[in-house]
Amino acid sequence: MASDYTELKKHAKSIRKNILKAIYSANSGHPGGSLSSADIMSVLYFKHLNHDPKNPWKEDRDRVIFSKGHASALLYSTLAECGYIEPAEIETFRKLHSRLQGHPVYHKIPGIEATGGPLGQGFSFGIGVGLAARLSKLDYKTYILIGDGEMQEGLVWEAAMAAGHYKLSNICCILDYNGLQIDGDVEKIMRVSPVADKFRAFNFNVMEIDGHDYAQIDTAFAHARTKNDKPTIIIAKTIKGKGVSFMENDYTWHGKAPNKEQYERAISDIEKMES
Amino acid sequence: MADLKATRNGYGEALVELGAKNPRIVVLDADLSKSTMTYMFGEKYPDRFFNMGIAEQNLMCTAGGLSSCGYIPFASSFGIFASGRGYEQIRNTICYSKLNVKIGATHGGITVGEDGATHQGLEEIALMRAIPNMTVIVPADFHEAKMATIAAAEHVGPVYLRLGRDKVQTVTDYTKTPFEIGKGCLLADGTDVTIIACGLMTAQALEAAAALKSSGISAAVVNLPTIKPLDKALIHKMAQKTRAIVTCEEHQVAGGMGSAVCEYLSSNIPTPVKFVGINDTFGESGKPNELLEAYGLMAKNIVDAVNEVLKLKK
Repeated sequence: MASDYTELKKHAKSIRKNILKAIYSANSGHPGGSLSSADIMSVLYFKHLNHDPKNPWKEDRDRVIFSKGHASALLYSTLAECGYIEPAEIETFRKLHSRLQGHPVYHKIPGIEATGGPLGQGFSFGIGVGLAARLSKLDYKTYILIGDGEMQEGLVWEAAMAAGHYKLSNICCILDYNGLQIDGDVEKIMRVSPVADKFRAFNFNVMEIDGHDYAQIDTAFAHARTKNDKPTIIIAKTIKGKGVSFMENDYTWHGKAPNKEQYERAISDIEKMES
Repeated sequence: MADLKATRNGYGEALVELGAKNPRIVVLDADLSKSTMTYMFGEKYPDRFFNMGIAEQNLMCTAGGLSSCGYIPFASSFGIFASGRGYEQIRNTICYSKLNVKIGATHGGITVGEDGATHQGLEEIALMRAIPNMTVIVPADFHEAKMATIAAAEHVGPVYLRLGRDKVQTVTDYTKTPFEIGKGCLLADGTDVTIIACGLMTAQALEAAAALKSSGISAAVVNLPTIKPLDKALIHKMAQKTRAIVTCEEHQVAGGMGSAVCEYLSSNIPTPVKFVGINDTFGESGKPNELLEAYGLMAKNIVDAVNEVLKLKK
C-alpha cells in the first residue's frame, strides 16, 4: 500500500519557511545545506524518531546529532515544528544572547544532543553515544547528519573506522550528498567519491536514496531499524537549496542570507512546492 | 627517598579503584594503554574499556558522547597527542559543552627522555588552561596523582591531568589534609622568597630550599598541583609574606604555571618573579636526569633563580 506523505510534506514546507525566516532575520546563516536535508528531517522526526518534545531528555530517546552543524537553521526549525521551542524564537537566530547560536550548542535547548559545526566532531561524538547505549543496554538509535564536504575531514574516517570496528548497529548516519561545498563543487575541490564503496570498506551497511523522495527516505529509515550487525549510512542524493529556484545547485548560497526581495521570492517558491 | 614511583602509575591504580566503586567510570585509550597505565583498568573491566586505536581526535569526541549519556570517561594518551592532536575536539566538543570528560595525559615534560622532542609535551599547560571550563592538574608524585585522579572523577566538568613517565620522589603528605582541586600546599615555610612548583619540580624545589637554608636564605616551598583554578589565596599570602617568587615547572615558561601565577600577581599584588622552566626551545633525546640538567631544571637552577629574584626585591 502506498503511503500518503501529505502531512510530512506539509511539515517540510513549514520547516523550509522557518529556515529562510531564521536566516533572513539574522541576515546570516547557511540556507543551501539546510534546505537540502529538510525532507529527510521531516520524515525522520515525524515518522521514525522515538522522541517526546514534552519529555525531551527521556533516557531511551533516539538521538539526532547534526555533525554538519552549519545546518543549524534546519535543526532549530525542525525542533520548532515539533514543539520543542516556540516558533517565534526562530527570529532570535544568531542574535546576541539567543539560545539559537550560529552553530548548535549541546543542551542549549531541548533536542540538541551535541555541539556541532566543527566538522567530523558530531559523527565522532555519536560513536560515544552509540557505545553508551550498548553499555546501558538501551535500544535507542543515534542518527547523525553529515555533509559531503565534511567527508574531507580526517576525523570522519576515524569515527567511521570506530563505528565499523565496534559494530555499532545502533547508529545511523545520513549523508546529505548535495555535491557542493563553500568553495564550489565537492568533486573538484577534493574528491570524496566513491562514497558508498568507502563506507562499505569501513564495514557499514550502505543505502543509497534520493533525499527528496519521501517513499525512499521512509523505506531507508525503516530498514535502518531492522536488526543488523553493522552501522548504517543512508547516502541521500540531494539538491543544495532545494525548494528555492535561485538557490538550487548554486554553491554561493552555502552560507549567505537572502535580501528582502530574495526572501519573498524564496517563500513564494516554497509555497509552490508540490505537496 | 626510597619510594620512587611514576605519577602515571598513580593514575592507573586510581582508575582501577574508581572502576570498582563506580560503574559509570569508563576508560578510553589510543593504543598506549601499557604506557598510560590504563591497561590495568582494561584487564579488570574489559566492558568499560575502549581502545580507540591511534586516533586522538576520535578519542576525545567519543569520550564526549559517552559523557553525554551519564558516563564518566577518562581518555588517555601522551600529553603531546592528547592536547595537540585532540586540541580542537577538547575545546569545541568537551569544554564548550562542559562535558564530564577527564583527560589522563601521561608522558608530559622533557623527562619522557629517549623518545626525544616529538614525544615530550612541553606546551600542554598553556594550551589547556587557556580553554574556558577546563581544570588543569599537574601532580607532583605517585600519591598526589592517585588522589588527583579520584578528585577528578568526583569533580563535575572537564579535567586535564598532566602525568609523567619517569619515577619521582614522594614529596606530598595527604594523611592530614585531603587533596582538593584548586588548593596548593605549603610544604616548607620561609620568609625571604617563595618557590612555587608543580610536577617533578616540587622535589627539586625542596632540594633547592634546603641548599638555600645553608647559605642563610629562608625559602618557602609551595606545591601547586592545580594550575587552574589557581589557589589565589595561598599565592597572595605568600607574595605578601616573602615579596619574591620563583616558579618551577617542566614546561615552557610561556603560558605555563608561572604565567598563571603572574597573571594573578600583576593585577593584585605586583611581586618580582623569576621562572625556572623550558625557555622557548624543543627538547631532545637523552636520559631524564641528563635532560633536566641540560635544560636547567635542577635544584641548582632554582637556587640561581632565587638569588636573582632577591636582587629585584624591594
